[in-house]
Amino acid sequence: MSTKPENRDAQAWAQPVDRLTVSDGHINVTGRRPTAPIHGFGRMWQKSYRTPLTGAKVSPTEVISAWKEHFPEFWPAGNRFFAPLAGIAPGEVAALDLSMPGGLKLSTGVLVLYADDESFTLMTPQGHMFAGWITFSSFVEDGVTCAQAQVLMRASDPLYELGMTFGGHRQEDAHWVHTLSELAKYLGASGEVTAETVCVDRKRQWSRAKNIWHNSGVRSGMHMAGAPFRALAKPFRPHEG
Amino acid sequence: MNELTSQLQVRVPATGVSVIEIAGEVTRESDGALTDAYERAAKGARTIVLAFDKLDYMNSSGIGLLVTLLVRAQRSHQSVLAYGLSEHYRQIFELTRLDEVISIHETQDAALAAVA
Repeated sequence: MSTKPENRDAQAWAQPVDRLTVSDGHINVTGRRPTAPIHGFGRMWQKSYRTPLTGAKVSPTEVISAWKEHFPEFWPAGNRFFAPLAGIAPGEVAALDLSMPGGLKLSTGVLVLYADDESFTLMTPQGHMFAGWITFSSFVEDGVTCAQAQVLMRASDPLYELGMTFGGHRQEDAHWVHTLSELAKYLGASGEVTAETVCVDRKRQWSRAKNIWHNSGVRSGMHMAGAPFRALAKPFRPHEG
Repeated sequence: MNELTSQLQVRVPATGVSVIEIAGEVTRESDGALTDAYERAAKGARTIVLAFDKLDYMNSSGIGLLVTLLVRAQRSHQSVLAYGLSEHYRQIFELTRLDEVISIHETQDAALAAVA
């Protein structure tokens, strides 16, 4: 019996989900809706970071397998990716702590939208810096296996759009260049990381300005500021269980 | 493999309406074919209809291409409709929330009726 053609990719996609849930109580994830690039406020960008894995005898499948398994290890210091127990698999949700200017730790998360042997895609929730997704893929080009991270995004709200304009894009570029360099190093490859940025839409979507209500940066800042008060109140809270 | 890299068929079933036949596989390799098809379809069109009844396979890079096509259409003040999506691809449109901005119909007739 043959498999229906439309089902070939069925196992690679997450099931439809209205709101995300993360088990460890991380703020800014549970209850948030996943967002596509169309749900953001700012200009729409497609950024592609790519490196040829010169010198490494690895197939795209081996690259993606290693990338999934060691994903957080390739990130710049100060940023944390709390991998789901099931790993990077369709429908899993991971919490993130991102290092921001001024010592702010921004708590957010991602949904694994899609994952197969040669690529995987993370989708952001409401309140993330940007609405959109990041696709990590590997392929052979001119006989050389390449690794690529491609971001399709709009800044989620006016505050983030301002932040992206004044250093945010540069910080994001540095993040993915570092990640690809570390991946290449792990695989024993050499090769320069190139970045290509395309502005897909210069218009800002003012109807989405109200996304600022979910801004994870603001909420993370308020959460950090409230930490001493929560610590003081802890002895007075009723014991659970 | 039947990657969508060759020229896609574009039809004009009614004045101001262009249908792009999306057949085969939609992956990162499909960028050129989709862009070319949109450019042909966009000439004089107020509505772009995407026909998915011959779609075999689509990964997340493919859905990204649909987003960029949608944005191009929005910039040109064109509305985008779709028909022929299997249940599986309807779920993907729901998951990616593209169903909020692309009007989905069962058949071409239903899509054309919605335009009228």
